[in-house]
Amino acid sequence: MTTMTDPTLQTTHRTTTAGGPSRIRIPLGARRLSVPITDTSAEDADLARPAEPHEVVFGLRDVSVYYGGFRAVRDVNLEIAEREITALIGPSGCGKSTLLRTLNRMNDLIPGAQVEGSVAYRGENIYDKDIDPVEVRRRIGMVFQKPNPFPKSIYDNVAFGPRLNGVRRSELDDTVEQALRGAALWDEVKGKLKQSGLSLSGGQQQRLCIARAIAVNPEVVLMDEPCSALDPVATARIEDLMERMKHDYTIVIVTHNMQQAARISDRTAFFSTEVNEAGDTRTGVLVEFDDTAKIFSNPSDERTENYITGRFG
Amino acid sequence: MTGTSAETGAARAPHRSLPGRSRGRFADPLFKAAVTTSGVFVLALLAFMIIRTTADAWPIFAKEGLGFFTGTEWTAGQTRDLPNIHGTYGALPFMYGTLVTSAIALVIALPVSIAVALYITQLAPRRLRNPLSYGVETLAAVPSIVYGLWGLLFFLPVVLRPVMDWLHRWFGGVFLFEGPVFGLSYFSAGVVLALMVLPIMTAIIREVFAAAPTAELQAAYGLGATEWEVIRRVLVPRSMSGIVGGAMLGLGRAVGETVAVAMLVGGSQAMGYSLFFAGDTMAAHIFNTFQDALPETVLGLMAIGVALFVFTFLINVLARVLVWRASRFGGDAAV
Amino acid sequence: MTTTLTPPRAAQRRSLRQVDRRTRWRKLTSLVMRMVLTVTMALACLPLVLILYVVAERGWSVVDLHFFTQDTLPFRLEGGGFRQGFVGSFLIMALAIPMAVVPGIATAVYLVEYGRGRKLAALVRFVTDVMTGVPSIFVGLFVYAVLVIGTVKLGFGTLAAAVAIAIVMLPIVVRSSEEMLKLVPDSLRSASLGMGARRWQTTTKVVLPAAAPGLATGAMLAIARGAGETAPLILTGLGSFTMTLYLVGERQASLPQLIHQNAVQPFEPGIARAWGGALCLVAITVLFTIVARVIAARFARTREGM
Repeated sequence: MTTMTDPTLQTTHRTTTAGGPSRIRIPLGARRLSVPITDTSAEDADLARPAEPHEVVFGLRDVSVYYGGFRAVRDVNLEIAEREITALIGPSGCGKSTLLRTLNRMNDLIPGAQVEGSVAYRGENIYDKDIDPVEVRRRIGMVFQKPNPFPKSIYDNVAFGPRLNGVRRSELDDTVEQALRGAALWDEVKGKLKQSGLSLSGGQQQRLCIARAIAVNPEVVLMDEPCSALDPVATARIEDLMERMKHDYTIVIVTHNMQQAARISDRTAFFSTEVNEAGDTRTGVLVEFDDTAKIFSNPSDERTENYITGRFG
Repeated sequence: MTGTSAETGAARAPHRSLPGRSRGRFADPLFKAAVTTSGVFVLALLAFMIIRTTADAWPIFAKEGLGFFTGTEWTAGQTRDLPNIHGTYGALPFMYGTLVTSAIALVIALPVSIAVALYITQLAPRRLRNPLSYGVETLAAVPSIVYGLWGLLFFLPVVLRPVMDWLHRWFGGVFLFEGPVFGLSYFSAGVVLALMVLPIMTAIIREVFAAAPTAELQAAYGLGATEWEVIRRVLVPRSMSGIVGGAMLGLGRAVGETVAVAMLVGGSQAMGYSLFFAGDTMAAHIFNTFQDALPETVLGLMAIGVALFVFTFLINVLARVLVWRASRFGGDAAV
Repeated sequence: MTTTLTPPRAAQRRSLRQVDRRTRWRKLTSLVMRMVLTVTMALACLPLVLILYVVAERGWSVVDLHFFTQDTLPFRLEGGGFRQGFVGSFLIMALAIPMAVVPGIATAVYLVEYGRGRKLAALVRFVTDVMTGVPSIFVGLFVYAVLVIGTVKLGFGTLAAAVAIAIVMLPIVVRSSEEMLKLVPDSLRSASLGMGARRWQTTTKVVLPAAAPGLATGAMLAIARGAGETAPLILTGLGSFTMTLYLVGERQASLPQLIHQNAVQPFEPGIARAWGGALCLVAITVLFTIVARVIAARFARTREGM
């Protein structure tokens, strides 16, 4: 299994906005609606601008997560850049899902969970006392490992978030359609929106969950091993989707599948576990964080190299 | 190694039979027959119960026909001239009373049960979940007669009476709350019935909520929903058939409840329109009239008993189907 | 066609602290509903406390040794006791318990060990479920029709009452025993059968002992329920003013029936004795229920080691 010299790893997503061919992309998601399809002038203007370093969306400083007395992950320092795909990889139990859940305060729902350090979203620490987790989760959406649509119709699944946010009934149809298009599911379900979400196949259900997440127009989409419960064909479709989505959303993905991280992500963070002296608890620790190309071709840390070459984990 | 020792062992005692082989040969079929008979016995018992009571009460049904269910006059025959029936047996007032008291009980108990079940499963700290559940369920351990006694001699004068007076004072114009307020009434029986029915409904609804997949609730939280929104828009809708099932089981219990209601409902054969009027229910009437009843009246009571059984049977079957469906499909999947 | 959902990028850079009015309203609603649920929970705990407290307070003074050793006096007289009720209830339960528990456990054994997946077993289970919901007064009517005046003319008395209570208890025993037997892991059964034991031996020497605490729990809950039943007793035991040990031929009193009798008459001493009887009855049923739960909890814990 060689991944180091694989030419497909020469990902250039990050530089597409500078000097790349001016492709007309089919607009997806509500964000683009104000720009009509045929008018590419705005897009060209975007493309014409010189490449700017993408803004930092998340800044994690010395973040540790505790479940009760047990420290699941320690001292993470990390920055997530805007409109990129950042992958968190590592063996089981290294705390990557835990860390992902701290980014939208989902850990709050687990009794006994505590977060130390600062998780700054566009400069504001989301764990500040006066910040509302509901608001955080509106801006930062999540897709889970096993597809979990509500036992409602496809339409109602996607409309759930917008309804909470007070989108008027007259606009709901459009919102739902936009979201389903954005999740590359519209064509498959447009004739059966009233059918139960559970009647779809596994891959379709997961895309439904993605549509549901983007229907509220988040800025970030967190994905916790979104393809691990799916077959390879469905996985490939979702990976395609993610690559298209990243033009509008920042994506942070936890994955067990190294090749997936290598294929689609711009930056990768590798986590590993540390066993404490007594040998009975394992704490996750961030080992290396860098451009994906570098991680997979020339990692700095030996542990990273061992993991990606399959020597352990 | 072991083979050889087995061989030598077998060689040493070649014809020793395995213990109990011939002795126990008939025990298994016998045992199986015994327990199967026990199971069939339960079936036979229920069948016998239905058949015997219906047969005994048949003269009443034969005489009244549908009038049993629609007639409002219930006067016991005064002669001892069986099998001729001389009285009039219209049981509608009792059915009406059963309906009204059970409805009151359900209207009060169902929202409280749902609220308590929500609190226990969603809001309570984990350590408190079991104690709280046990606390509510211990209400079910209190015998019906104690509810009746406590209801009649404490709850009614101390709590219910003031409430009824207050309701009558402020809402007396509404027909439901018309007076005069004497105490023994549909309302009193209904409220105490609500207390008796609360534990079983809470237990079932709590289990339905606890069985909801956390993945769905997490998805809702992840979308930025508040606690209440998750409860109202995800948890409760998907638990509806379980909730209805629990409500029906509570209803079944309320319909069949005898002693407490008998002590609180007042024993009047009128079909009052106000909650504060006295009335009678099917079970309570049987209970209160039995001891002084002539043989023909006893047949009438038996007929009421049969009708009561049919009602509770239908309600319980429907309830079990709903609860069973809710657990099988993990909620109200529209599939 | 404009949409309200496309904020231009600049406007999205608003602080997380800036919560729009609608979200604030939603949060407020959630908070208010949370309080409503908490208050309702608190209120729901009140009745139990109130019942136990009032019964204890009013019944305490009446319960002394006399209460258990003397028969009842006329209502308006002080003193006397509920002896015939205690004795009667004791006798009735002593007869009813074996009549309910033995067939009950046997039926549960049938359902779990021999009837899995079969239609007959499903029917039996369904019928048992239905029977848990049958009003006890209907059971009383049936026993009256068959045993008191009917086929077997036993007349009012202990035996008829015991049969009625047993019928009420039976479905409870069956259902809970079935659940407990199902909890015994199949690996135990396989181990026993693999050693050459027959099925009946496996059931009686391995499964039943393993499930014994759970079965005891179910039996105790059924006893608590049976001891508190009043309605069927009126139709079968009828009640009596004196203690009797006869199983047939004489009317038999019982504690619940005595409580009722004293509760619905106007004289104070009788009412006081009713509270005393209620205190004893509640003590018995609640005690049995709690003990049953403790055993069940212990059973669940030891089961994890199986």
